[in-house]
Amino acid sequence: MPIVRIPTPLRKLTNNLEEVTVSGATLGVVLDELNATYPGLSERIIDENGVIRRFVNIFVNDEDVRFLQEKETPIQEADVVSIVPAIAGG
Amino acid sequence: MSKKPFFSNLKCRECGRLYEKEAIHICEFDFGPLEAAYDYEAIRAVLTRELIESRPQTMWRYRELLPIDGEPTVGTQVGFTPLVKAARLAKALGIREIWIKNDSVNYPTLSFKDRVVSVALSRARELGFEVVACASTGNLANSVAANAANAGLKSYVLIPSNLEQGKVLGSLVYGTNVIAIKGPYDQVNRLCSEIAGKYGWGFVNVNLRPYYAEGSKTMGFEIAEQLGWKLPRHTVVCMASGSLLTKIHKAYKEFIDLDIVPKSDFTIHGAQASGCSPISTAFKAGSEMVKPVQNPDTIAKSLAIGTPADGYYAIRSMRETGGSCEDCSDEEIVEGIKLLAETTGIFAETAGGVTVACARKLIESGKIPRDESAVLCITGHGLKTQEAIIGKVGEPRVIGASLREFEALVADEVASKA
Repeated sequence: MPIVRIPTPLRKLTNNLEEVTVSGATLGVVLDELNATYPGLSERIIDENGVIRRFVNIFVNDEDVRFLQEKETPIQEADVVSIVPAIAGG
Repeated sequence: MSKKPFFSNLKCRECGRLYEKEAIHICEFDFGPLEAAYDYEAIRAVLTRELIESRPQTMWRYRELLPIDGEPTVGTQVGFTPLVKAARLAKALGIREIWIKNDSVNYPTLSFKDRVVSVALSRARELGFEVVACASTGNLANSVAANAANAGLKSYVLIPSNLEQGKVLGSLVYGTNVIAIKGPYDQVNRLCSEIAGKYGWGFVNVNLRPYYAEGSKTMGFEIAEQLGWKLPRHTVVCMASGSLLTKIHKAYKEFIDLDIVPKSDFTIHGAQASGCSPISTAFKAGSEMVKPVQNPDTIAKSLAIGTPADGYYAIRSMRETGGSCEDCSDEEIVEGIKLLAETTGIFAETAGGVTVACARKLIESGKIPRDESAVLCITGHGLKTQEAIIGKVGEPRVIGASLREFEALVADEVASKA
């Protein structure tokens, strides 16, 4: 099943798990499933209009989903989904 | 020094929720960035121009407005770089007055990053970290490596693998652990975000970001003080993540709110390289949605951040102050570096070339009126990005140690100019 990597600020909602496995054919479905297991998680990532929040970056494997199909991005069995907060310059 | 806690909390920039002053950087509820919050009434009661002027000429003369609890312990000599009046550059650009805020000679690593690192590592010590780290396009890596070496902290710096040699050597020499990542800076960023969560290190621009970012304000404080306690009419700032621009804006506002400077109109303009201009592109489109650039391609590698974390806020700062945003080509960057060097004697890195080239465009388009005054923020030294100008500034003419050969050379030169 696809793996979702949970950033530190959200681990309070996942019993401190760094990674969880969730099934789903698209990113949107994966996030819905995630929220079913860990209630409250998706509202941290998705705003009230259903859009990925401004300061959240989601990667499927190494690709930012903004360059893919956002929530419609297809997810394969072996994919790794990373939820990464935006960070400052350097 | 007063015992009052001037620095009170961390606060989410989006929803305003308050957090303890820990090694955390984003709001748990909306991922908004956390920012240092202060007790401005307590600061107002003590901070005066006279107090600031009585202190050593470093960035720490504004310490009430910086987010640490005790005295600074790292980078205590950073800052107070020259603000240089540049009459010849002003003439070349066709404007009444130009000032250069010259952080290319910041101490100890020749870029504005010494400001942010000084705060981040002083705070890292207060929080008990023994290992510090960063994701960097070069300048931050140099500064973390140097300041950690001086402070006796272990450090890791993570950089894209295609950086200029001066920036790579300028980290390695301090005995830090340099890790080069295959891929652009945004991939380095993503990895660091995951490492920071796993290893418990003090990542200056990840979990220490609220402290780090505030250090940039001191560039704005110094500009205002060095202009004789007033704000510049125009300020031009280069942008990678956009953080520096937002913090100079914050610095000006804090000085006005604390009556350190009189209230006056000021305008802040942003500058990017066209090969990585997500903020400029959004600004020009009238949007606040910053679309990431997947594969940045510019000689201004220090600005090559495709997913600028503070792009949204930088756009708001420029709009709020009536500013504009420009971007420039690699050729214009090199021209900018040369023009600055030839008219001011200041050798800036590629990011400085971006600032000069974009300032020229802003003046030519009337966004900065020719009868007004502007400060250009030069953020790093040209010796760090030599690759950008090799072969583009001429070659030395080689002769024997002979007066005859020298005289022939001078005669040739006179003839060629005739």
